[in-house]
Amino acid sequence: MTTETLIGPGFSDPVFQSQGAFRALLAALAEPGTRHVLPGAIIPPEGLQAATATALLTLADYETPIWLPPTLRDGAAGAWLRFHCGAALVSDPAQAAFAVIDGTAPEPALAAFDAGSDQFPDRSTTLIVQCAALKGGEAVTLTGPGIATTRVIAPSGLRPGFWAEVAANNEAYPLGIDLLLSHADAVLGLPRSTRIVEFA
Amino acid sequence: MNAHQTLPADEAVPAYNYAYLDEQTKRMIRRALLKAVAVPGYQVPFGSREMPLARGWGTGGIQVTAAIIGPADTLKVIDQGADDTTNAVSIRRFFEKTAQARTTEATEAATIIQTRHRIPEAPLTAGQIMVYQVPQPEPLRKLEPREAETRKMHAWAEYGLMQVKLYENIARFGEVTTTYDYPVMINGRYIMAPSPIPKFDNPKMHMSPALQLFGAGREKRIYALPPHTSVRSLDFEDHPFRIQSWKEPCALCAATDSYLDEVVIDDQGSRMFVCSDSHHCETRRAEGHRGTMLGDATANGLVDPSSSTVIPGDRRETRDPFRNPAGQGSGMDPGSPLRSARDDDAKVETGADS
Repeated sequence: MTTETLIGPGFSDPVFQSQGAFRALLAALAEPGTRHVLPGAIIPPEGLQAATATALLTLADYETPIWLPPTLRDGAAGAWLRFHCGAALVSDPAQAAFAVIDGTAPEPALAAFDAGSDQFPDRSTTLIVQCAALKGGEAVTLTGPGIATTRVIAPSGLRPGFWAEVAANNEAYPLGIDLLLSHADAVLGLPRSTRIVEFA
Repeated sequence: MNAHQTLPADEAVPAYNYAYLDEQTKRMIRRALLKAVAVPGYQVPFGSREMPLARGWGTGGIQVTAAIIGPADTLKVIDQGADDTTNAVSIRRFFEKTAQARTTEATEAATIIQTRHRIPEAPLTAGQIMVYQVPQPEPLRKLEPREAETRKMHAWAEYGLMQVKLYENIARFGEVTTTYDYPVMINGRYIMAPSPIPKFDNPKMHMSPALQLFGAGREKRIYALPPHTSVRSLDFEDHPFRIQSWKEPCALCAATDSYLDEVVIDDQGSRMFVCSDSHHCETRRAEGHRGTMLGDATANGLVDPSSSTVIPGDRRETRDPFRNPAGQGSGMDPGSPLRSARDDDAKVETGADS
């Protein structure tokens, strides 16, 4: 067996590492635009940021289909998630409860994921967008629940037109997907309730 | 696999997972909580579990607390504002036992506050999490018994029926007669039941810096309010929303700005008004505020005179007889007539919860 096919370890202490990570995720979505470090210090499989892997390990299981870009799905990341979460990996973005995309990838569009239905808006996809950094990019002003007045964020490594797609996602509120921007061990939440006031 | 999954040496102690719930259940509740936060005021269905106490005694709030609590947290549990009533004492002990939780009676020292039917008087701060026990999460249920219909009403924001109900109240009685569980509009989109808190507490929800989570165990719903979210109590331009007020201050601590419980103190019809928030009242008495009946209450042994030395947040100060068997705690005697009167008064008004 070569090292490429070995599945790396997940949490060493699942109860407390997932609790700590969940509280960071809860805070990230409750206060959109604030940066939260996911504790856990796991070694992610190739292609996933540490925060992405920790978030999926914390939230995903056999009840939640995951969509990954095909290269990740067929590689170490897919095997790692199948083994540790027991989650099904689906090829249709609209079937996914959780999904991971690279910030610069042109496909798939945010609208390709499940936005929920009017009677069950909670059944939408939670999308983790892996970025080059959570700062240093173009400034975007946010407002909405969880934000006292306005908040400015500037994540970098996102495809052109990304903020227009996020703004369109909010237009459909209470439908829409919920976003987590991840880089290294930190995330920044952008739930569908957050309005994009200003972007370039 | 890890330390907490090894069986304890004492065979008599059950080998619970940390915080009672198994990890699969916690994940399911956590996913529901994240969606609830993303759509403030929308009720997310969840797979409510059997808990070691009856539904209607706070199982929804307990499951939410169990899914979020960790070793870094300090837990406060209140029932009708009081830390020392049966429901609060047993839930606090549940988490001391299953999650080795650090507990407190001081509002400002708590990171998680589980509550039945009150919001503490002390202002909540950023980083705190309120967990409400909710008996009936559906604000429209009394107007429309069918879940399939209320779900459509929420989906399409068809809330005329609720306005008609409030209007009929005004037409018949001259004012809106709802005094607790007063319906609120969240973020301009969903009508939400704030749980049976008195309408006195509704304004505290508006733009609160704390995260507020609601769990309804029997009805299997979770909903949430992120910090800084708009919470508008429904009203009419010519009949604006008003909160309760009292003609007299608290008889023990002279507070004029807190929610007061009416307590019958003898069989001659005498009564007194005291703060429903026991920690708030004690803190004020420790600061030297004295109500008109504090002297009488102390003389009759209803209030321990040593309560003037209560240090807020001091764990040793508790009225929980199980944690303080010597009975030298502060505040009211657990077996006093004052306490039982207060319990009866509170329970009759708001009924069971979940």
